[in-house]
Amino acid sequence: MQTHKYDVVIVGAGGAGMRAAIESSGRARTAVLTKLYPTRSHTGAAQGGMCAALANVEDDNWEWHTFDTVKGGDYLVDQDAAEVMCREAIVAVLDLEKMGLPFNRTPQGRIDQRRFGGHTRNHGEAPVRRSCYAADRTGHMILQTLYQNCVKQGVEFYNEFYVLDLLLTRRADGVEVASGVVAYELATGEIHVFNAKAVVLATGGFGKVFKTTSNAHTLTGDGMGAVWRKGLPLEDMEFFQFHPTGLAGLGILLSEAARGEGAILRNADGERFMERYAPTIKDLAPRDIVARSMANEVREGRGAGPNKDYVLLDLTHLPREQIDAKLPDITEFARTYLGVEPYTEPVPVYPTAHYAMGGVPTNIEAEVLRNNTDVVPGLYAAGEVACVSVHGSNRLGTNSLLDINVFGRRAGIAAAEYATGVELPELPSAPEQAVVELVGTLLNSTGSERVNVLRTELQNTMDRNAQVFRTEESLAQAEADIAALKKRYAQVSIADKGKRYNSDLLEAVELGFLLDLAEVLVVSARNRKESRGGHAREDFQERDDENFMKHTMAYREADGSVRLDWKPVVVTRYQPMARKY
Amino acid sequence: MTAVAERSTTATAAPPKPRQVTVKIRRYNPEVSDEPTWVSYTVEAYPTDRVLNLLMKIKGEQDGTLTFRRSCAHGVCGSDAMRINGVNRLACKVLMKDMPDKLTIEPIKGLPVLKDLVVDMEPFFEAYRAIKPFLITAGRPDPTKEWLQSQADRDRYDDTTKCILCAACTTSCPVFWTDGSYFGPAAIVNAHRFIFDSRDTGAEERLEILNDREGVWRCRTTFNCTEACPRGIEITKAIQEVKQALLFRRV
Repeated sequence: MQTHKYDVVIVGAGGAGMRAAIESSGRARTAVLTKLYPTRSHTGAAQGGMCAALANVEDDNWEWHTFDTVKGGDYLVDQDAAEVMCREAIVAVLDLEKMGLPFNRTPQGRIDQRRFGGHTRNHGEAPVRRSCYAADRTGHMILQTLYQNCVKQGVEFYNEFYVLDLLLTRRADGVEVASGVVAYELATGEIHVFNAKAVVLATGGFGKVFKTTSNAHTLTGDGMGAVWRKGLPLEDMEFFQFHPTGLAGLGILLSEAARGEGAILRNADGERFMERYAPTIKDLAPRDIVARSMANEVREGRGAGPNKDYVLLDLTHLPREQIDAKLPDITEFARTYLGVEPYTEPVPVYPTAHYAMGGVPTNIEAEVLRNNTDVVPGLYAAGEVACVSVHGSNRLGTNSLLDINVFGRRAGIAAAEYATGVELPELPSAPEQAVVELVGTLLNSTGSERVNVLRTELQNTMDRNAQVFRTEESLAQAEADIAALKKRYAQVSIADKGKRYNSDLLEAVELGFLLDLAEVLVVSARNRKESRGGHAREDFQERDDENFMKHTMAYREADGSVRLDWKPVVVTRYQPMARKY
Repeated sequence: MTAVAERSTTATAAPPKPRQVTVKIRRYNPEVSDEPTWVSYTVEAYPTDRVLNLLMKIKGEQDGTLTFRRSCAHGVCGSDAMRINGVNRLACKVLMKDMPDKLTIEPIKGLPVLKDLVVDMEPFFEAYRAIKPFLITAGRPDPTKEWLQSQADRDRYDDTTKCILCAACTTSCPVFWTDGSYFGPAAIVNAHRFIFDSRDTGAEERLEILNDREGVWRCRTTFNCTEACPRGIEITKAIQEVKQALLFRRV
């Protein structure tokens, strides 16, 4: 075992982690740990853009952006956080440009902007051009640009270091503070303890609880899982976004930018069905509404294809030059993976699990909360792992790339400033113990269960029972299935017993996190007896502000069960109203 | 519109049938043996399967010790470059409908193999870092808002911004195979991305670095890199543009 000492340790090297590192590494001695290589992170798969009210191409302001974000999140957004995000969005985009990000340009040479779902002029009047973009590979450009600037600053990376445990130390005054993390080095199987004054979690989401997902294989919720196992809460885990346009049957993302550029969703009859569900902004309604509308078309028999199980994304009326210049990657995905030519044929699409609105609760300084009011000193979180909550119950498109830049930056500054003012906390006794046991148990197990089988069963029950539409019955089924899978997980064994690049072991650990998080998602969803944003209950179809305009807070009890509590929503300027588009 | 919808319906109407495919993989684990061995697996493949799906099936159902990197599974993260039937490809971008019944899979060449299909990427990233892969604006005051750049100037380096650092190009290059200290196509591509960016003032420094004996002049224009690039970057053309810039000292 090796022990390292740093001021700040950042876990995860996607957009949020690297944006934090750029701030932190100049202020304090910083290490970034990632289970991948930084440029493999899933920020790179984001496509359509990053919204900011630059007003480069038409009138816009950050207050409109804030309103759209709050309404888009179906009034579960903490409005103070949304104000921070939308106000700082402008500088965040300009910072990226100065770091070198190659945005598309207006004829005047400024950053070009385009339309995106749910982003409107003057509180819902009409779609507005707010998304700053680089073709349909904006996330790729952000990831590369941030990595380039980390290289420039000489940021210290520990690549392929898988963080399995968070270390907390009780101070003399009884307060628990962050004191580091424990990581498993994939190349060698060695366990490393990182003793740090501050820890920033930036590990992304957990889309792999679902079968049909736009998420990478590596998005297994490790950061959330580690926090959960420490008895710290997770917020709003029932709210998971299903992106409307995944390639049918595959889940690979086709950006909302397609509809921003003018593409139209049609059912088997060729009807532009979004006109019925969102008469004003139609195909550019927020994702939860579009996803439900699509699922409903299929459910009512108007789906396309031999099994009538998808709808069609029609780009055939767009000029080829526009498709080539603005949507080159997603049209190639359609060609490569479905053999469909988007110039001439509509593309089969269906909702795909995309983004966790919930996560580790933080305040607007990115400090992690241990309950509704108190923070864990020295512990920060930003990006999809966190719940600030700027997305409420449904995130608007482009607001995740914004979130990682605004709150990644804030987390990096806050962590470094905190670290410069405190001594290195003492490590808890035998800090590596939990990880040694976890790894040892899996390596030595002779049980008969296989990771692959359990993971498939988990993903199947989640797709069947906790997807776009949910009921008490379906959620109860999912909860029972997960409980059974957790029992079987205790009997899981792996074939690879070695130390070097043991990805068999890695996948077994990841499955453990997925099972924990799926359970929290489902238990939280059962308890929310209303429909709001991404959480649609067929047995409770209306939003119920009286009883449920509050955040879910889930805690892990000593016996491993889930205890639920509530946290009030921060309302500053927008009172909830009916959500029509 | 209806006609189009019907056509696409017929195109996908026939249920796809799986076939048996033999996948021969070059296995290596120094914890077990110093020598690599070839191991063959028989696995069911649907036309829509990617080679990555087959590797995952083998790992999940037949041999959990099989080791490879993967993440996004749709060609944007660059984790799973490997040599498939003698050609560098991303395993997640090769569909089985385009492949024969026998696959031969090896790690990419020219980088030290650590285990099975996992290679040491550090020499590759070292070359990348050496060409200063970041915007240099020294000597120019920061603008109050963004740097202005015409779309035409933006288009000059668009192609090379697409690089995902998967190493498929560099490890397909015969010069790199024989001399690992050659910077390799990916590093030159990333230098090109900044040399031809109108906002950047670091072209001279980068050109000087690439003028080195291990630099751009080692390129023998075999086009392997261009053919290997999963992002369709015209790499050989980019290298030629860098050579031109060096010859005429003008970008």
